[in-house]
Amino acid sequence: MSEALWLHGGRVIDPSQGVDATIDVLIVDGLVVTLGGDLRPPETARTVDCSGLIITPGLIDVHVHMREPGEEHKETIATGAAAAAAGGFTGVCAMPNTNPPVDDPAAVGFVAAQGRRAGAARVYPVGCISVGRAGERLALVGEMVDAGAVAITDDGSPVMDSGLMRLALEYSQSFGIPVADHPEDLGLSASGQMNEGLISGRLGLSGKPNAAEDIHIVRDLLLAELTGGHIHLQHVSTRFGVESIRQAKARGVRVTAEASPHHLVLTHEAVKGYLTDAKMNPPLRTSEDKEAVRDGLADGTLDTIATDHAPHHYDEKETAFADAPNGIVGLETAVGVILTKVVAEGVIDLQTMVERMSCQPARAFGLPGGSLAEGSPGDVTVFDPNVKWTVDPEDFVSKSRNSPFIGWELTGRPCYTIVGGRIVFEV
Amino acid sequence: MSLPTASLGKDLVGLEDLSAEQILAILDTAEPFKEISERRIKKVPVLRGKTIVNLFFEASTRTRISFEFAEKRLSADSVNISAAVSSVSKGETLVDTARNLEAMRIDMVVMRHGASGAAQFLADRIPSNVVNAGDGRHEHPTQGLLDLLTIRDHVGKIDGLKVCIIGDILHSRVARSNIYGLLTLGAEVAVCGPPTLLPLCADEFGVEVFTRVEEAIEWAEVLNVLRLQLERMEGGYVPSLREYNRIWGVTNERLAAAKRDLLILHPGPMNRGVEIDSDVADGEHSVILDQVTNGVAVRMAVLYLLAGGQPESAEAAKQGHGA
Repeated sequence: MSEALWLHGGRVIDPSQGVDATIDVLIVDGLVVTLGGDLRPPETARTVDCSGLIITPGLIDVHVHMREPGEEHKETIATGAAAAAAGGFTGVCAMPNTNPPVDDPAAVGFVAAQGRRAGAARVYPVGCISVGRAGERLALVGEMVDAGAVAITDDGSPVMDSGLMRLALEYSQSFGIPVADHPEDLGLSASGQMNEGLISGRLGLSGKPNAAEDIHIVRDLLLAELTGGHIHLQHVSTRFGVESIRQAKARGVRVTAEASPHHLVLTHEAVKGYLTDAKMNPPLRTSEDKEAVRDGLADGTLDTIATDHAPHHYDEKETAFADAPNGIVGLETAVGVILTKVVAEGVIDLQTMVERMSCQPARAFGLPGGSLAEGSPGDVTVFDPNVKWTVDPEDFVSKSRNSPFIGWELTGRPCYTIVGGRIVFEV
Repeated sequence: MSLPTASLGKDLVGLEDLSAEQILAILDTAEPFKEISERRIKKVPVLRGKTIVNLFFEASTRTRISFEFAEKRLSADSVNISAAVSSVSKGETLVDTARNLEAMRIDMVVMRHGASGAAQFLADRIPSNVVNAGDGRHEHPTQGLLDLLTIRDHVGKIDGLKVCIIGDILHSRVARSNIYGLLTLGAEVAVCGPPTLLPLCADEFGVEVFTRVEEAIEWAEVLNVLRLQLERMEGGYVPSLREYNRIWGVTNERLAAAKRDLLILHPGPMNRGVEIDSDVADGEHSVILDQVTNGVAVRMAVLYLLAGGQPESAEAAKQGHGA
């Protein structure tokens, strides 16, 4: 007997088909069967009343740290996938900077298997660019792709050797996957604790200048142009970086890029008081940079919103700023933060939000989903755009609570997350 | 003796957030305390019964001893802990160290730590008073205060005075505390040093910026000459100590070219022949040892004022045991 799910009475926003209308969605046996105004669902279908709610193709976050294997006290693939579902994400790309790193097909298979076992959001493994993330020689890219890797990256560290990055951009073309880079020139930034500027100067913290990120963004764009490879630039945070990507796209360079919720709404002012939950890499920058990232998101220079969800145990953040690790959790606050601080402030509209959080992540990483067209996977996010809530780490499904948004009052929150026609999260 | 009071709040973490009134209250409180150190019996019962921990995660001689004298002369019971011989070396976290001290019911912690923000971190987590004895590159407020007191002693005012801080501004907590305190009290402030040792946005601090020491000497009425840490040379910020002395050293030849006599301060310990020549350090306009003397009085004032803010000290005072 087939399983059916009927989403009734909601506003469907699916930019992949140009749909924005109050219509029903019918999912049968894990696939979208049809959208329509007067559907007759099978009698066995479970009906979900979506009146007043917004229905979109499932949200996808291409930049998530699951911490497994090796740092299960921060997060596991099970808790990370559940946190993703609670945040409205139906798919996440798991970064390979684990311990050991995901740099061979067995490790990729492990991540994929743990993701299936979690039974929440889909977990797409990402493999390393280099063996051991050491930045010296290419990892087993082809075999990792065969095992399920959807991209490669040495995220957490940049690829410092431009020759290796060139090889990665060439070699990856056989497999149709993007090479994702964390752009940072460590010679300029290795000791840095936050954005270099007036605030770092006053706090007496060493800085990471914009130039450290800009140099590698420009390098990566030049190498993508040279090789024809697909570069995916992670968590772009600088004005010049956004402008460089904009110009490269105009030249036809194969580049996609991310904006993180925190770079869209916070500046380095948030670090004042040595708040370790405002410490991440790249760091929060100036308001000028924040505005540039918002402009880049609006005009499509930055294709995807990606959280860079980076869980850390509270003990690790409960220390002097310089001793605290980089990173913040983001999966469970992304929708609320983007709706409240980006959409409601008029930077992008709801359709563009769905583009940047569903359609384009799927397209950039070649993932299923990102559409509710007939025959698409039944991956759907349903959110209430009007519900008001306060961010409370006690409510987090993630194992970690290192968020700069604690206590924020937000409007809009996911209420159903559906993966393959199965409800994996509901309020 | 009627001592002036000022509400510093619970802690002294830095000078950045203090008002002119608060800073002046500390300096004015230090004045009567100076005399205690000149007595034959250098002890008053102001902090009798108070327990103070001097928690030093970085090596320090001058600052630690200065605090210790201040505590002893006010009759506090103090304990010294240095990181090398404490449970810190066994991997204990800062917050656990603090909580364990707190569990022993101490009244104050004087802390030096290598990380900027460590003093604020501690102050936010324990109910005891916290006095910052230097946190990373951030602040060293009692050094800033003793510099202010020494300048005021010798010039008679701070408002409108031109003070230049020379040396490694980028890594210096002394520089930051001086900049904040001097600006709050109305001084004109400049910094001077190799551009590699100046913060990127130094001009946005509200100070003049000089990269040649001759220009700084031409401009200033007071020079505060910072120690050049030897590791800055190893870090490549300056090519050699000899070159540093030749280009940024404060020498009698350079001072002779100035249109007026300049008051010379140095927080110590000095590298003679690097940032400052001996004939300047030992010269008639040097007040370097006055700074050290004032350090004890300023620290007595800070401890006294913070203790006065505590409810339990009122009870002790009533019984005639303390402030």
